[in-house]
Amino acid sequence: MAIELRAVRYRYAGASKDALQSIDLRLEPGRVLGVVGANESGKTTLCLVAGGFAPGVVGGRLEESARIDGVETTSIPTHALALRCGLLFQNAATQLSNTTATVFEEVGFGPCNLGLVVPDVIERVWWALKAVGVEDLAPRDPARLSGGQGQLVALASVLALRPRYLILDEPTSELDPAGTALVADALARVASETGAGIMLVEHKAEVLARIADEVIVLGEGSVALAGPAAAVLADPMLAELGIEPPERIGLERDVRAAGLDWPAVLAEAPA
Amino acid sequence: MSGHDRRLDHSAPAASAGATADSGSSGSAGAGNGSTWSGSAQAGRSAAPSSADPAAPSGAPSAAPSIELEGVSFSYPDGTPALENIELRIDPGELVAIVGQNGSGKSTLARHLNGLLRPTAGRILLGGRDVRGLHVARLAERVGLAFQNPDRQLFAGRVSAEVAFGPRNLGLRGAELDERVRAALDAVGLSAEAASNPYDLGYSRRKLLSLASVLAMRTPILVLDEPTTGQDARGAARVRAVVAVAAGEGRTVIAISHDMRFVAECFRRVVVMRAGRVVLDGTPDVVFGEATWPELRAAYLEPPFAALAGARLGLGATPSAASFVAALGQRARNA
Repeated sequence: MAIELRAVRYRYAGASKDALQSIDLRLEPGRVLGVVGANESGKTTLCLVAGGFAPGVVGGRLEESARIDGVETTSIPTHALALRCGLLFQNAATQLSNTTATVFEEVGFGPCNLGLVVPDVIERVWWALKAVGVEDLAPRDPARLSGGQGQLVALASVLALRPRYLILDEPTSELDPAGTALVADALARVASETGAGIMLVEHKAEVLARIADEVIVLGEGSVALAGPAAAVLADPMLAELGIEPPERIGLERDVRAAGLDWPAVLAEAPA
Repeated sequence: MSGHDRRLDHSAPAASAGATADSGSSGSAGAGNGSTWSGSAQAGRSAAPSSADPAAPSGAPSAAPSIELEGVSFSYPDGTPALENIELRIDPGELVAIVGQNGSGKSTLARHLNGLLRPTAGRILLGGRDVRGLHVARLAERVGLAFQNPDRQLFAGRVSAEVAFGPRNLGLRGAELDERVRAALDAVGLSAEAASNPYDLGYSRRKLLSLASVLAMRTPILVLDEPTTGQDARGAARVRAVVAVAAGEGRTVIAISHDMRFVAECFRRVVVMRAGRVVLDGTPDVVFGEATWPELRAAYLEPPFAALAGARLGLGATPSAASFVAALGQRARNA
């Protein structure tokens, strides 16, 4: 079982060039795969393709093989994809259904559509809200949340589906540092406890350093670097690929560039 | 009004010079590799007017108007309280970052500054005058707000039309309008996309586009809601350069951000919000200094790593990489 892309090439309808060129990746249940890359390097497109959303829902042309648990995504109907893959959009506002009056109902919207009985829906909603620390938002109007709160609720609404694979496009982009740490820990827990495979697009290298098993770096629609998270995040190539390294690595580089030694006492300080 | 126009004309060459500052300033700060922005931020600092007169009348050509919030409270119509008794004064040319937990009222505060929201109690003064009597269109000439979510801001079918919309509403036409659009797109690195549809751009570039459309207004006050969100290293450097250039022109820049590195490197004042109130207000040295860490953490924030590292080594307040490197260098020379 896995999401597996082999030499995938993808082009949006009407586009003059490929958004993805020859992508190989494998996401197994229980693993966290980090994806980083410069602006416009294909991260969001990769999310749509790996989740079967492109070409299925958005159109365009896919070449070679994108499979979920051995089945080509192009032959999986959307409702069946929804059971396998939870996809969190980059813009939380586009995720919310705009049909519900409270956050509780919003998070219950997906599980209801899966046909679960009401007690199960209720159980899942509380579980998902607690996982991202927003149970106190349950009675609030989803249209009147702050940007970061909306992002947490959107994430909860995807978690509540309990999909085998979670594909998350910058889930912490609008979160404060505490919210970011909370989400990172929640995702690590979801991966280990529910066995979900998580693909995580993330600009914050700290988050990936904390929870990713492997990291791939995209550059212009191809995989430019791939490997264990710690090794990839410390790779000097990152800067050339337009990626900010984790804060500590960046600071160490600045110190050395000024001709100074990196103080040994900082080696064991938290990243 | 002619004096106002002259000031706007002056800022045109400075804005395009900013794009070169982005790539051309290796920086005396010595932060080195990959940190061209710290040099330009430094340039912005030294170029900012130190003696801007806060009492200048609001129509004065030389300075942005001051902003004063007096006892400002706001509740959304569903009763959710968002701001409680905010007292804040921002002088012309200040560089202010507003930080705080999700839902602490930062964006609500930003929307008050350009009149999208009106306080339910208290008042807001711009250049000493209550904004209550000012139409949103008049406020828009003074205060440019780039939204947190670009998709709530963008609507045109072409990138150039999107950027032209604001200045066109200010009455600009022809070559002058074209120049505004060109300079704004140049500042955010989107010149090559002028003819594209905004929705063919990825999120990060839509966000830069929303910034460009606000820059094109050349307002004396810029309010940026999480400008570095979703940006890669290059995009973040563009945003830093935009802030530095605006500062160099004496404009007031107010940014909401969760990016503490950006805050510590680019801003001279940090306002910390928690549950609709201002709980800390000071320079990055003070706000990210060891003494305030408990308060910061109570507001669900974490100081930048450079500040943690500086404290660990007993270097004092080093909120930014540049200040950390400088303090470490100083110690090495003394030893």
